[in-house]
Amino acid sequence: MSKPVKAALGEPAGVAPSDADDAFLSVRDLRIHFNTDDGLVKSVDGVSFDVRRGKTLGIVGESGSGKSVTSLGVMGLHRSANAKVSGEVWLDGQELIAADPDEVRRLRGRKMAMIFQDPLSAMHPYYTVGQQIVEAYRVHHDVSKKVAKQRAVEMLDRVGIPEPNKRVDGYPHEFSGGMRQRAMIAMALVNNPELLIADEPTTALDVTVQAQILDLIRDLQKEFGSAVIMITHDLGVVAEMADDLLVMYGGRCVERGPAESVFSEPRHPYTWGLLGSMPRLDREETDRLIPIKGSPPSLINLPEGCAFNPRCPYADIPKDNVTRTVRPELTEVGGRHWAACHMTQEQRQRIWTEEIAPKL
Amino acid sequence: MSENPKDAAVTTPAQSAGAQLTKDAGPGDVLLKVTGLQKHFPIRKGLLQRQVGAVRAVDGLDFEVRAGETLGVVGESGCGKSTMGRLITRLLEPTAGTVEFQGKDITHLDAGGMRPMRRDVQMIFQDPYSSLNPRHTVGTIVGAPFRLQGVQPEGGVKKEVQRILSVVGLNPEHYNRYPHEFSGGQRQRIGIARALALNPKLVVADEPVSALDVSIQAQVVNLLDDLQQELGLTYVIIAHDLSVVRHVSDRIAVMYLGKIVELADRESLYKAPMHPYTKALMSAVPIPDPKRRGVKSERILLKGDVPSPISPPSGCRFHTRCWKATEICRTTEPALVELKPGQRVACHHPENFEDQAPQETVLLSAAKEAAELVPEAVLEESAETSAAVAAEVSEPPQEVSDPPEDVSEPPRDTDDK
Repeated sequence: MSKPVKAALGEPAGVAPSDADDAFLSVRDLRIHFNTDDGLVKSVDGVSFDVRRGKTLGIVGESGSGKSVTSLGVMGLHRSANAKVSGEVWLDGQELIAADPDEVRRLRGRKMAMIFQDPLSAMHPYYTVGQQIVEAYRVHHDVSKKVAKQRAVEMLDRVGIPEPNKRVDGYPHEFSGGMRQRAMIAMALVNNPELLIADEPTTALDVTVQAQILDLIRDLQKEFGSAVIMITHDLGVVAEMADDLLVMYGGRCVERGPAESVFSEPRHPYTWGLLGSMPRLDREETDRLIPIKGSPPSLINLPEGCAFNPRCPYADIPKDNVTRTVRPELTEVGGRHWAACHMTQEQRQRIWTEEIAPKL
Repeated sequence: MSENPKDAAVTTPAQSAGAQLTKDAGPGDVLLKVTGLQKHFPIRKGLLQRQVGAVRAVDGLDFEVRAGETLGVVGESGCGKSTMGRLITRLLEPTAGTVEFQGKDITHLDAGGMRPMRRDVQMIFQDPYSSLNPRHTVGTIVGAPFRLQGVQPEGGVKKEVQRILSVVGLNPEHYNRYPHEFSGGQRQRIGIARALALNPKLVVADEPVSALDVSIQAQVVNLLDDLQQELGLTYVIIAHDLSVVRHVSDRIAVMYLGKIVELADRESLYKAPMHPYTKALMSAVPIPDPKRRGVKSERILLKGDVPSPISPPSGCRFHTRCWKATEICRTTEPALVELKPGQRVACHHPENFEDQAPQETVLLSAAKEAAELVPEAVLEESAETSAAVAAEVSEPPQEVSDPPEDVSEPPRDTDDK
């Protein structure tokens, strides 16, 4: 490829997976820091991942783990004076962090698009849904308003909005939650983007509507072959959608791998905690959930060493107190499966099979 | 849970004067009885503010809550579950129907009349950010019930508040802190502490964990569990998350557009849901197991949105989205009847059971469209189970003259593709 060379594998904070070459989007050692009055907030601190065409990457984590900031970073939406962005974002062979903002703007909306969590605040209340979709289309296509509106109607129809001819002239507040989310998906997809980032696309919706929307995203992905990044806190949603999974904690990736192996053989205590915390419909009822003690850390004062150590029940297993002094790096624990933990493979294997898995 | 204060002494500090109006209900006795409960919010228009319609948020509920149990209430947004919670705690005045607490009719008690009852009925709110006054300290917030009810606990209010704080897993030394100094999970614990201050009998929790992160959610769910065991509380837990509801509840009511469509104990409801809506709702929950992705055939997709509660559909309110709906569903409203012991359902064509209106075989056109979204496997399985149940039932609840094959034959067979 005739592009500048991507960062070498085996970088300090994030190691690139072996299949990086055919990736449509490659993020290398992305760091996004904000200067605030209280101190430097390290929202994202060295995250690397790849997404291939037609595949879905799920990013999970609790609030404040940096998942949304990561996605905004990929979209190049952090150009404000107090955000410091470093690292590399390669989109189809083009580097975006160092690129000219105008260049990134031309890509945004056309090559990459985003679906936000709350469609009521992400859409403009003053303009009709149609006008907003038309605007998104005409920014990237030199067509008349009439043609663009035709395209908007077509998209509304495609995402399953009944009577698109009429609804195109409706205002966002006239749509129900599910319909609004569909309209936003229509807006995001109007330029056939090759990368779609969905930030908690179904969190505000009821389960039955959530099922409809997930189905829609899956269908559209199949149709257009786009790469999708799905950001959510719901492990059920990722399990359903994602091919690969990235678990974030305190602005870092703590575990990454194919969804199937992360779910069947998780290798980080935080992932175990997440799995133990949620009641599940597909299992027999358990008497008690196994919560993670404490609460998520502040991104200004991350704990020394492993950011998870104050909440980790196994923090004392590795010798010499390393969990509290040394930050663990991502190490490969299986095929394309990486985890950042000081415990040895054998220790984690044993704890998972003997202590955690039977209780889930 | 590490914060679980096992050693916290459980006393009944405030069980005194006001609560003696009624007899204490023993475990298993009916604590709360609701009959025909309705709440219609008027819609007014024009200069004279004439009423032009009503949002029928809650439209005829009958259920009871027994002492010591947890009743879970699930449903989609707009089904009236929160309104129901506010009606039984009498934060709203019902339009019709009665609410009886410990045998005493509290439906139309005024604020003064309700005050003694407030000691026994408490509420935990969804949003721990808006339900705590930012200008009050934790001590003031949790101590307020004592002040308002004029209760002087042994050892003073402060000591009692600190004890309660430790019961819910907060540091008693945080007595003088303000809500903003706490995280979401801790704030929810403050809300729980306030609800428990006067040792209530019934606690109504409206989406107690949905604003919290997954790991914190589990802490609060476990806390509610522990408190119930230690203090013998009765819960009504309102939530939209079916897995959380299954985890916490003994019995579960499923609501749709202001009505209960199914009310059953947890086991029966999750093993063999009878109302098609319950079935669809449960099939929509994403399962955190990627291996099941290939076998997604059991998911039932519902068409469209919940209709408006201003003019709900006639007959069975689910008929516009149901894949089994026939003419009778459009015209006659099904009653909530006990089809199996401990399982009440309002449906003419229930799942996992004998058809209640076997003579009706012609699907509505909407139902035909809806059926296209229902996987074949689900339709076949449901036909088989209803046939099996029909064969089993020795005394059919209705006189059925047709041969059993017809009974079991689900109505949708008429619409072969």
